[in-house]
Amino acid sequence: MRDKTQVTIEVKDLVKTFGSFKALDGVDLKVDSGELVALLGPSGSGKTTLLRIVAGLDWPDAGEVLINGEDALAQGARERHVGFVFQHYALFRHMSVFENVAFGLRVQPRAIRKDEAAIRARVKELLDLVQLDWLSDRYPSQLSGGQRQRIALARALAIEPRILLLDEPFGALDAKVRKELRRWLRSLHHEINVTSIFVTHDQEEALEVANRVVVMDKGRIEQVGSPDDVYESPASAFVHGFIGESIELPVQVEGGVVRLGDRPLALAAGGAAPGASKLFVRRHDMLVGPPGSGAFEGAVQHVRNFGPVQRAEIVLSGGKTIEIDAPRDKELRVGETVGLEPRRYRIFAG
Amino acid sequence: MGLTLSWLSVIILIPLAGLFLKSLELSPEQFWNILSSRRTLNALRVSFGLAFAAACVNLVMGSIIVWALVRYRFPGRRLFDAIVDVPFALPTAVAGVALTALFAEKGWLGAPLAALGIKVAFTPVGIFVAMIFIGIPFVVRTVQPVLQDLDPEIEEAAGSLGASRWQTIIRVILPSLAPALLTGLALAFARAVGEYGSVIFIAGNLPNVSEIAPLLIVIRLSEFRYADATAIAVVMLVVSFVIIFAVNRLQRWAQSRIPAR
Repeated sequence: MRDKTQVTIEVKDLVKTFGSFKALDGVDLKVDSGELVALLGPSGSGKTTLLRIVAGLDWPDAGEVLINGEDALAQGARERHVGFVFQHYALFRHMSVFENVAFGLRVQPRAIRKDEAAIRARVKELLDLVQLDWLSDRYPSQLSGGQRQRIALARALAIEPRILLLDEPFGALDAKVRKELRRWLRSLHHEINVTSIFVTHDQEEALEVANRVVVMDKGRIEQVGSPDDVYESPASAFVHGFIGESIELPVQVEGGVVRLGDRPLALAAGGAAPGASKLFVRRHDMLVGPPGSGAFEGAVQHVRNFGPVQRAEIVLSGGKTIEIDAPRDKELRVGETVGLEPRRYRIFAG
Repeated sequence: MGLTLSWLSVIILIPLAGLFLKSLELSPEQFWNILSSRRTLNALRVSFGLAFAAACVNLVMGSIIVWALVRYRFPGRRLFDAIVDVPFALPTAVAGVALTALFAEKGWLGAPLAALGIKVAFTPVGIFVAMIFIGIPFVVRTVQPVLQDLDPEIEEAAGSLGASRWQTIIRVILPSLAPALLTGLALAFARAVGEYGSVIFIAGNLPNVSEIAPLLIVIRLSEFRYADATAIAVVMLVVSFVIIFAVNRLQRWAQSRIPAR
């Protein structure tokens, strides 16, 4: 629906502090044309600040923002031609859905402003795109959260933005609507193909929707990669712990031997640096066997069914309690002693 | 239910009915003569005209004050916020005396203004000043909660959609505040029309020039011309009713369009 112009976003060494809080601590990022990138991180990781700086709603203390190679910091939000979708929709309450979507077209300078018929046609087209043309005379207060967010998106797209930025777009919605909208956003992006960045703290959302995931923590980028990359080969202890449910055990690495407490484990250190380290295993990668069969041994404390898996709480012989996910057909009895073998694991220093 | 209605009747409706009954003692012709006398007309004109002008000034200045109080964090903000209520709390006579002293020809503000050839105290301008003074909290307190509720994000949204600051104010902020602004205007106006205490000190009370309608009522009462007094009172009452009715309609209109998020 718009010409497929190439639009790239580049951020260089961005720093932003609020008082004594470092929201961004030297962030570099490059987004290619037509990508849908997720900024994923816990609250306070700086992801929203980064998005707002790209949009021109906040200004960095240092660093560069380039859109298509041009210095974007020289422009305000108004000149940047960026579509921004807010977590709480930020719809204009006193305007109908139609007028909300038309707003960006109506405030254009007279010289380039479309005539009324063209504006009507364009709004109709956008409302069709978000599948809500039947709501055009309603007011925002009469819509559900999911509908409001789709209207907010239509409004942002009305100005044919060069890039689309979404700040926790589904954060205020309930779980079922979120899932629907996720899928919808992905197919919409496929259709309009605008270079987009969205912010989320929900890993499932990031992994499901984005082409590329940027994991942030404490104002820094921890890892950039495809959803598979960040899940399968996390670059740091933080990423492993944040994405996917992980078992985390404090271990010691000495001369190629991994120890939990004073007990050596039958695990290869795999090039991990000597010293205090953390061992990460995905819950479903911890396989249950007969006692003495794996690297760990423990007593089943508690079992409960959890969708397609059963989740067992197991006290390891060192005294530490872990939670694992086992297939439903694996029989686990409370009080039973089992052996545990991590199918895959990673060790990070620290 | 019954208790509430009886209480409302005793407190509000019965005195008002009494007022109307009293004015019925006058024939329509007498009633008309009283109202169309030059002094009555001038008093009503002074009261309503200046009250409206003062309410308009309060609308503009009040909006600016509200904006500063809600959107900015500055030292002493809470103090200023409290100061807004002073005209509410101050006995009106005290306000009148204070304003008169301030604007009299030898007062702090009166002296420099007099040097410029502007006389405030004992002229209609004085009435205007007093009406602004007592009306400001009505605008501020009506608009403040609505502005607090107005998400600053909608301004950012407007900006990112290409609206200039001016377009954002005209198309987004003012329409969202409009019902509250109009309510504040009406309340400030109603209060200024009925204001007596603070005005009579500063007005000079020259018949036909700076005599307000409530004062004329008091004068008629002191002359034992009760019917004259009630006739003027009925006119003011009817106007007040119209204002209250308009405010109610405005609020209902606003709520039907913009219910709480």
